[in-house]
Amino acid sequence: MERETRKMKESKTIKILKEKFPKDILKFSAPFGDETLLIKKDSLIKIMKFLKENPELGYSLLLDITCVDYLGEKPRFELIYHIYSFRLNHRLRIKTRIDEKNPITESVISLWKNANWLEREVYDMFGIKFKNHPDLRRILMYDEFEGYPLRKDYPLRKRQPRLPGLE
Amino acid sequence: MAEKIKKRRTKKESLLLNMGPSHPAMHGTIRIMLELDGEKVLNSEVEIGYLHRGFEKTCENKTYFQVLPYTDRLNYVSPLINNTGYVMTIEKMLGIEIPERAKYIRTIMCEISRICDHLTCLAAMAMETGAFTVFLYMIKAREFLWDVLEQTTGARMTTSYIRIGGIKSDFPENYKQLIGKAVEETRKVLKDCHGLLTKNKIFLNRTRGVAVVSKEDAISYGFTGPCLRASGVYYDVRKAHPYLVYDQLDFEIPLGENGDNYDRYFVRMLEMEQSLRIIEQAVEKMPRGAIEIKNIEEILEPYKAIQSARVKRPTQNIKLSPNLEGTEKEKYPYILTDDKKYIIPPKEDTYTTITGLISHFKFFMKNHGIRPPKGEVYFSVEGANGELGFYIISDGTDKPYRLHLRAPCFHIMSALEMMIKGGYVADIIPTFGSINMIGGELDR
Repeated sequence: MERETRKMKESKTIKILKEKFPKDILKFSAPFGDETLLIKKDSLIKIMKFLKENPELGYSLLLDITCVDYLGEKPRFELIYHIYSFRLNHRLRIKTRIDEKNPITESVISLWKNANWLEREVYDMFGIKFKNHPDLRRILMYDEFEGYPLRKDYPLRKRQPRLPGLE
Repeated sequence: MAEKIKKRRTKKESLLLNMGPSHPAMHGTIRIMLELDGEKVLNSEVEIGYLHRGFEKTCENKTYFQVLPYTDRLNYVSPLINNTGYVMTIEKMLGIEIPERAKYIRTIMCEISRICDHLTCLAAMAMETGAFTVFLYMIKAREFLWDVLEQTTGARMTTSYIRIGGIKSDFPENYKQLIGKAVEETRKVLKDCHGLLTKNKIFLNRTRGVAVVSKEDAISYGFTGPCLRASGVYYDVRKAHPYLVYDQLDFEIPLGENGDNYDRYFVRMLEMEQSLRIIEQAVEKMPRGAIEIKNIEEILEPYKAIQSARVKRPTQNIKLSPNLEGTEKEKYPYILTDDKKYIIPPKEDTYTTITGLISHFKFFMKNHGIRPPKGEVYFSVEGANGELGFYIISDGTDKPYRLHLRAPCFHIMSALEMMIKGGYVADIIPTFGSINMIGGELDR
């Protein structure tokens, strides 16, 4: 019973999206009640722009961008966007998978300004590159740092000299 | 020759100035590289990461219970809100309901933390604009609030008080008097500070119209919390997605108009008053806890209890370490969930019964303990700086597969370059103060 009502509720945004982009949405799920859409990598900007600029939806706040490293799975990385709509008082999670060999995706900086630092953080921690990012540098780690610390194959206790040659 | 000198004098050159990372005005460690034309800021670059300690990586290698102390060190001025955020994320995954009294205690503690955080922020900001008296007054008020925290949690800053399934311990017996005194003192201080600052011409001139953030910019930069509300956007997680008992309490969300430094100050001042209202209501409404603790005279020393337990379970109370005050077995039903899988059993049981001992070990043993179901979850609470969100992925084991923190001041800090551009050097410091950057949360 509860599950059914939850499904009834969730349809508003999802319904519009499913109608508009039937081919770009790969999967819909709602783990623990959080609505999640898995979309194609290439249609990210298109869908985000629609979600932000559609007057009925108005997802104008980018809450967060983060990444997960599923080591061993085929598209290895998963980018996760959390967006919020003031109008609907609703949070939506958009996910997209990224391959290890070509870890590059479009930047959403044209839509949200805080994407600048968020994408830099993802680049810093996972080594995912963003196309059209104006200033893609490391943000939390220092420039000489080698490797991407939040990847699952980066050892927990690995130490690096602060600067090369200073051991 | 004279021409040459003249030429040199009129040559326009900008000055590069390095502020921080070790600078008394950069609370924490932030480096701002400034390109100056006289006193005007032409351009700047903010460099963060000096306090990065790999919070997320560490958490991926700790059990769910062990992560808790690390959350204290995020926003270290209001650790209880971080605790609540993390713990409620796990509770959302596990689907546990906590007792009503624990909810109220969490609410009160969160609001006290929020006031402490705002007081610290405004105290520093006021000091940076020259109002040292306000700094001392506010720190005094914070001291009274921290007395409540200290007596309840046993710690002043790194509390680890909110636990999965409830809270660590109940309030001390004199909590009403303690909180009443803290609220009263804070009110007095707020009144004094209003008198000293709110209509003070020097303060107004320093803060009005400085570092204005428009509504659109605030949303685009992902502002949340007081900084967003100062720009006039009505958004508060406590109202938008009510958690704990916020939907049963009466409070308002103050809004600013211009989004300048003064509004960020004023919104925080008003918010503290609302928080005081919340605390007073919650203390009134809070359900009663365990009132009488039986056999208060006969208290057994732990070693005697263990000895007598070999023959028969002792009926008397067992003397607990002073650190465990408030966690007596009688108080458990009022402060912790009744789902035994997710909580540490009472010490009385651990000492004297085999089931208690086993469940104690099961809780702390590797690959046992708290194991949420597979899946991913996002949950956020209204932190003192804004929306504090936890994104956790569980793979069914006792360690999170991925834990990500949505730090509110990360987003606000990314707008600092825009905020100080075109302003004066002297305004950087109050602007920086008004956004309340907390290094532990920003750099993780």
